[in-house]
Amino acid sequence: MGFWRKYVFSIDHKVIGIQYAVTGLLFLSCGFCLMMLMRWQLAYPGQPIPFIGSWLGDTRAPGGIMLPDFYNQLGAMHGTIMVFLGVVPLAVGGFGNFVLPLQIGAVDMAFPKLNMISYWCLFVGGVIMLGSFFLPGGAAQSGWTSYAPLADIAPTGQTAWLFGMIFLITSSLLGSMNFIVTTIQLRAKGLTFFRLPFFVWAQFVTSFLLLLAFPPLEAAGVLQLMDRLAGTSFFLPTGLVVSGEILQVSGGGSPLLWQHLFWFLAHPEVYVLILPAMGIVAEIIANNTRKPLWGYRSMVYSVIVLGFLSFVVWAHHMFITGMGTVMSSFFQTTTMIMSIPSVILLSCLFISLYGASIRFNTPMLFALAFLPMFGIGGLTGLPLGLSAPDIALHDTYYVIGHFHYIVAPGTIFALFAGIYYWFPKATGRRMSEFLGKLHFWPSLIFMNGVFMPMFIQGFAGVSRRLADGGVTYSFAGNVTPLNRMMSWSAWGLALAQLPFIINFFMSMRSGVKVGNNPWHATTLEWQAPSPPPHGNFTQDIVVSHGPYEYSVPGQKEDFLPQNQPAEA
Amino acid sequence: MMNLLPDAASAHAGGIDQIIVIVHWLMAILFVGWGAFFIYVLVRFRQGRNPRADYVGVKSKLSTWLEVAVAVVEAVILIGFAVPIWAERVDQRPPDEEATVVRVVAQQFAWNIWYPGADGVFGDQDIMLVDEETNPIGLVRSGNGADDITTINQMHLPVDKPAIVRISSKDVIHSFNLPQMRIKQDAIPGLQIPVWFVPTVTTAEMRTRKGDEDYNYEIACAQLCGNSHYSMRGFLTIDTPQEYQEWLDLEATYLSGGDEDDFWAE
Repeated sequence: MGFWRKYVFSIDHKVIGIQYAVTGLLFLSCGFCLMMLMRWQLAYPGQPIPFIGSWLGDTRAPGGIMLPDFYNQLGAMHGTIMVFLGVVPLAVGGFGNFVLPLQIGAVDMAFPKLNMISYWCLFVGGVIMLGSFFLPGGAAQSGWTSYAPLADIAPTGQTAWLFGMIFLITSSLLGSMNFIVTTIQLRAKGLTFFRLPFFVWAQFVTSFLLLLAFPPLEAAGVLQLMDRLAGTSFFLPTGLVVSGEILQVSGGGSPLLWQHLFWFLAHPEVYVLILPAMGIVAEIIANNTRKPLWGYRSMVYSVIVLGFLSFVVWAHHMFITGMGTVMSSFFQTTTMIMSIPSVILLSCLFISLYGASIRFNTPMLFALAFLPMFGIGGLTGLPLGLSAPDIALHDTYYVIGHFHYIVAPGTIFALFAGIYYWFPKATGRRMSEFLGKLHFWPSLIFMNGVFMPMFIQGFAGVSRRLADGGVTYSFAGNVTPLNRMMSWSAWGLALAQLPFIINFFMSMRSGVKVGNNPWHATTLEWQAPSPPPHGNFTQDIVVSHGPYEYSVPGQKEDFLPQNQPAEA
Repeated sequence: MMNLLPDAASAHAGGIDQIIVIVHWLMAILFVGWGAFFIYVLVRFRQGRNPRADYVGVKSKLSTWLEVAVAVVEAVILIGFAVPIWAERVDQRPPDEEATVVRVVAQQFAWNIWYPGADGVFGDQDIMLVDEETNPIGLVRSGNGADDITTINQMHLPVDKPAIVRISSKDVIHSFNLPQMRIKQDAIPGLQIPVWFVPTVTTAEMRTRKGDEDYNYEIACAQLCGNSHYSMRGFLTIDTPQEYQEWLDLEATYLSGGDEDDFWAE
């Protein structure tokens, strides 16, 4: 195989997984950079951006001072990039592709070529998204939610956003079908559904969410594209007057239709972001507590229930659009019911620690930190899921704090945990523990420094997406000074990622060499060589136990791999 | 936590603040409870102290009961507080005759406040008449509309009387946010959506309470509506009934000064 077929247009799930992961990491850092620029504007509104302000050009930041249009572009693209090009490619494309076939004892994904196409769709979507910054009028600037009519009448960047989204959605659809078929068809002999590692379950449910939730958004994206390019009015009502000019459209459309279609995707999407992360955390906790996951079966049932419920809560994002009592009661109730499987999942992970023999290595630290951080994110969802408190908290920084706790110190910590955990499998070398801890502790502190004050700002009523951080309003006067602390924490968080970057590249070349199973783990991926060759396993895999047979009484070793018979 | 929220100045604000506090108590109890357990197990079951893990772990059914307790508390909050508060907001709106009725037409980037005038009936709108300088809402200045009063970013309401605000938008989605009144409602083009509330503290009284001569209730936009979304700020003044009438009368005198083209020049 030539270089191109082996490393670029590869059909090996591991190479594609690494392609996804590296792409995801690059986009995560890109989305992070956009956010750091925004944080300057929030902390020091109207002051020239130091160092790089003059490079941004007169259409974005004349004299280094950021224009509100550019701020809105950064906001919309930060959200889009982080969700669709950062976390999803890394969590689903990266870990899913690399780990899932290994964990089920398969030689590859069911459709290797489809897998390759799925990655390249993502790549094209990413290039379109990044390129849109250089269009006249800049990138999309109507929020990652792209609410119509604002998005319908926005500059060209929005058209690019829609084209980009269509590629990203197509990528996810192809990927999700592949995961579903692979999980159902390619499990090793003896690997029944209730012997699957929890990570596989999480990816499996996630794939159904992607498969069922994304098509409505793809359709909605095409409709908005038609509104922008073909003169239709799917989301434009009659009688719009923009900047004193009557908008020459046929009208008769509904702006709320977009919101329903968007959130019908975007709420399940939240679970696409969180479930794979939970899967990773569950693997690492089982491994480093040296005992089976507590309540594995209830966790599996919970994750399935969560998947179903995530389709019937979407309108809790829309309480303030003028919802009646019946509808709001329905969506509040489903949202509250949602908290039950969520609490079960978190409880099982917490209780798994009881009676353990906990090893505090870097992956475990990130996985453990996930629990309380995700807990804060989940708990702060309660007041937002009830329509009455939502009157005060809707669209404030409280919401921003809530979902960032879920996705940043939640999901992203889990993803870091996964990188430290599976790095030895991918490279045959281990990452440095010292640099790992130097990465973990400052990240934990700075993450909270960025997001905790958002709740205080949210209580005070500061709206999100304000290009000056709220200083226009006197009711926000007491809490806008917090913006500086949050911004400095964000920049500190950037510095805290340096040990990770150094560690990543250094360990690839000169990390400590390890064997096939450095963590003494039970799941099947550790039975393959590190790194696994094309085709994965050098032995026949027949599974005879559940996924987490740690510290089984009567066994000499404290771990019993899934494919090895127990000692009599 | 109450003092983290904006000042409360409407009849229903207390109820909303109360449910926020109750939910946060539930959250705090869960977080502190789990947190204490978490710290205990991390210390107690570290490898150094417990070299061999227990295959079974927790045997008690306590967590199941905890789960049930959480569900029950949530149900109580939902049925006892959340749904009734919402029902009051959307179903128990008083009839127009008993309230001060105002219309708000949002636009990039201002709030058009529209009063029906002495006849108590709103005039018609015709988008062909829209002129950003003289008639931003396209009001037909004849018939019912002859005495209508419109202002930009200045809303006045009398204290202790229900106010009904009918909210719409000319262009994109905005969100009409009165933080001190605990009111937030999206302004959606093509729809006219009412909200109602009873302001209970006049601006003057709040100024005395806060010891701040410049204190104002503000109207904020809570939904991204374009590049100047951040500066889409209006003011709400809560008057005594007498002050309110005086203000309306003063605004009405601007109408009789000349034809409508001179309206904004006054």
